[in-house]
Amino acid sequence: MLNLVEIRNLTFSYGERPILSGLTMDFPRGKVIAVMGGSGSGKTTILRLIGGQLQPGAGDIKVDGQPIDTGNHERMYAMRRKMGMLFQHGALFTDLSVFDNVAFPLREHANLPDALLRDLVLLKLHAVGLRNAAHLMPAEISGGMARRVALARAIALDPQLIMYDEPFAGLDPISLGITARLIRRLNDVLGSTSILVSHDVNESFQIADYVYFLSQGKIVAHGTPAAMRESTDAYVKQFVLAHADGPVPFHYPGSTLAHDLNLESRIDPAAIRGRKR
Amino acid sequence: MIGTFLEAIGRASRTTVADIGYATRMFFQIVFASGGLWRRPRLVTDQVHFIGGHSLVIIGISGLFVGFVLGLQGYYTLNKYGSEQALGLLVALSLTRELGPVVTALLFAGRAGTSLTAEIGLMKAGEQLSAMEMMAVNPIQRIVAPRFWAGVIAMPLLAALFSALGVIGGYLVGVKLIGVDEGAFWSQMQGGVDLWNDIANGVIKSVIFGLAVTFIALYQGFESQPTPEGVARATTRTVVFASLTVLFLDFLLTALMFN
Repeated sequence: MLNLVEIRNLTFSYGERPILSGLTMDFPRGKVIAVMGGSGSGKTTILRLIGGQLQPGAGDIKVDGQPIDTGNHERMYAMRRKMGMLFQHGALFTDLSVFDNVAFPLREHANLPDALLRDLVLLKLHAVGLRNAAHLMPAEISGGMARRVALARAIALDPQLIMYDEPFAGLDPISLGITARLIRRLNDVLGSTSILVSHDVNESFQIADYVYFLSQGKIVAHGTPAAMRESTDAYVKQFVLAHADGPVPFHYPGSTLAHDLNLESRIDPAAIRGRKR
Repeated sequence: MIGTFLEAIGRASRTTVADIGYATRMFFQIVFASGGLWRRPRLVTDQVHFIGGHSLVIIGISGLFVGFVLGLQGYYTLNKYGSEQALGLLVALSLTRELGPVVTALLFAGRAGTSLTAEIGLMKAGEQLSAMEMMAVNPIQRIVAPRFWAGVIAMPLLAALFSALGVIGGYLVGVKLIGVDEGAFWSQMQGGVDLWNDIANGVIKSVIFGLAVTFIALYQGFESQPTPEGVARATTRTVVFASLTVLFLDFLLTALMFN
């Protein structure tokens, strides 16, 4: 099977508020696929739906050929063992050291001898450059380092699918570059598939094989990063070139400024016409 | 106006019924998820240390002071009837039947209950519980159930400590300070306190209070809004609901046990 994850006609709403409507996406094996879009466009919701943390209103999601069934806990947990997820702020367990955070999934799922577990954890930390920070607590490391520890934890069980929720948010340029390279390298070394949810155009385009653009719960464009740079689509152009106004308006939709300042009632159109004459 | 009022009543009723449903569901989830703890008892013993061990000082000091007050008040009252020899009995019965379990539960709600709610609420706000779920680890089994049983185990131990230190407090004030006969103090206590009727019933009370307070604290944390304001509100609700529940249950259990 070519695709590790397949989404077909997916619809999801929070109560009355629609988030995703009629979404169809493919995530081929071994690739890094970026899902991009503005805040509130439903990017993170897609990850939560793939992870079975949310129940779709309609449509199908398949991971490795198996449908996601949130009602079946046993099966859902078995499927999640094939997945790793990096949360936006790392979501490290604050009462555990860096070492114990990375060891956590191994201790929960693999009955390994202490010596082997130690070696495995140190190797994972070495892969993200933080072997020597193993003894530190999450409060003692920077945001960028926390993100890398969370990445080591996400790959602890060598998952087939790694999902990244805004991995570049709030990082300094050095940490940003390191994180981007790590995502690409780990994907290739582990032979896994990565879904990268981000709105950081440069870093995402550098490492992604394919890009989906999402706006108001719909796919508005998709293709390779090079094709997206050349795209004439108004939304993609506004996003890639960071224009303030465009299909996504600068002003929140609603009444006009003239209306809110009561200018419409104060202006006499006849007087304006007279002045023109 | 009447429509809005009825609407508000309807909404509040629906929320209350839904809350009861969610709480019941969570209680059974905890019970069903507890089987695995036999294989990893360390998860529970660690929490007994955190929940119980860290409450020792406040419970111990409170027990001692309550004993001091019981010694003084008991002596003043009993002295009027020439029965000050019964001071030991009065102190022991008050503590084992009522004050030990009830005051310990109220202090436990304030000390350990709030800490549990804030801990779980902040774990939720920091996406730690979601991260755990994504690692195929059930947070109810890994985080909630060990804390629940730790609270149930710690509560009677703390209540016993409270009562024991309370008796010592009553002894220090009654016998050493005021001068009640030491032999009468201890012998009246020994003769009047029944192992089953008084001490066992007190222990049963404290186990039920431990169960109620710990569950309320964990439920409030788990269902809290994942924001600083949401966690603060959940912590307040823990203290209010847990305290009222303890006092209500105490009335109910006393009516059943000492009828």
